[in-house]
Amino acid sequence: MIDWSGYIGLILQGALVTIELTVLGSALALIMAFAAGLGRLSRFAAVRTLATVYIEFFRGTSIFVQLFWVYFVLPFAGLTLTPLQAGVLALGLNVGAYGAEVVRGAVRAVGREQREACVALNLSRYQRMRHVILPQALPLMLPTFGNNAIELLKGTAVVSLISLTDMTFQAQVVRAQTGSTLIPFATILVLYFVMASAISAGMRWLERRATRGLDGVRA
Amino acid sequence: MPSPIIRIDNITKTYGPLTVLDGLSMDVMPGEKLALIGPSGSGKTTILRILMTLETINGGHIEIDGEQLYHMPKAGRLVAADEKHLHKMRKKIGMVFQHFNLFPHKCVLDNITLAPMLTKGVAKAAAEKRAMELLDMVGMADKARSMPAQLSGGQKQRVAIARALALSPKIMLFDEVTSALDPELVEEVLNVMRRLAAETDMTMLLVTHEMGFAHDFADRVLFFDKGRIVEEGKPESIFKNPRQERTQTFLRKIIAAGHRV
Repeated sequence: MIDWSGYIGLILQGALVTIELTVLGSALALIMAFAAGLGRLSRFAAVRTLATVYIEFFRGTSIFVQLFWVYFVLPFAGLTLTPLQAGVLALGLNVGAYGAEVVRGAVRAVGREQREACVALNLSRYQRMRHVILPQALPLMLPTFGNNAIELLKGTAVVSLISLTDMTFQAQVVRAQTGSTLIPFATILVLYFVMASAISAGMRWLERRATRGLDGVRA
Repeated sequence: MPSPIIRIDNITKTYGPLTVLDGLSMDVMPGEKLALIGPSGSGKTTILRILMTLETINGGHIEIDGEQLYHMPKAGRLVAADEKHLHKMRKKIGMVFQHFNLFPHKCVLDNITLAPMLTKGVAKAAAEKRAMELLDMVGMADKARSMPAQLSGGQKQRVAIARALALSPKIMLFDEVTSALDPELVEEVLNVMRRLAAETDMTMLLVTHEMGFAHDFADRVLFFDKGRIVEEGKPESIFKNPRQERTQTFLRKIIAAGHRV
């Protein structure tokens, strides 16, 4: 009879790595999404081009390949990253590229009339964005951001390929040592699902907060 | 004789192959109340939008309060205005839109205080005090904490008027401000504007299809067609004795459509 408690402990350690990757990766993705999304709307052609190249490159190539480049090829350029840093960088840049299109779409969805009101009230470009456009665009972004965060969570499994001991990596270790596939993989199935549900719940909460007032009820 | 506060000199505006304004020139005196009437597509709204810098011009010059709007002097020559110059010029002008354009995520009070606080550095308390005075004037003081979505169209438009006034512009532009309203809500907005016209010496330009209101409100009426001023004069002469055939036809149609003159 196998004593599962030690093995489950191993998987839970992996779960912490997965959570760390998801949180840090999402933070980087969020920064990249806003930088590139707003960059695509810039009045400077060079900024627009840079943002477009970033988005198309990271959407157009596989996360798997990107991860290998970040971890195995960047050292040749003098930049050696730990597996965690490499994982966060690859995941954040990849998901950020998708998020950038969400930011761009939401900002553009705030109508011309709002922008014209801002001009008539003599707000500067920055003030328009900060006080009028983004507060209205943010609620539009949140549902898709939730999707992106869950995609990122599930994407973290690829980092096991660069020997980062995330949840999937640990499940494979347990499987190799015990010969049981069912228990480790059933465990991580449940854990991934719980984490994804937590992201969904958090996003719903944020959405409720962000749309408060817009439907006519001020708390 | 004071000099004009708005001097429009031979401006052209085209959208691709379409010429909207064709060498238009007109002057507006300080404090004057002007009504711009004419069929849709005649260029009257475009003039307001150009004055508010929401559109650019393809040729000509505009002078507001003694300064060029789209040009600025640089090294002894006039060059195209930059954002900083436009920012300075916009301080002189306010605009009220057909569809109100209130900020839906801000309450009535915050809609009004936002711009004075951001663009003039007015302290929050002072901005709110002034906003309440303006809301009182437009009869909306009891709705200061309401969200725009909770208001009727007429109420929204009254808030929008207060919001534009909060920046104390010298010139106010009203772009078909009652066109999007249910008929029974038109009067409450017009009443606010009547008071405004009577109590302030602001220069006002009004684009409207409310001929009865234009008649009472305006010192001068301009009839536009195809990007040109076809006829202008005192309201009585334009509405009662239009000289131009096109003006007569337009007014007949408007009256047939049920508008009062």
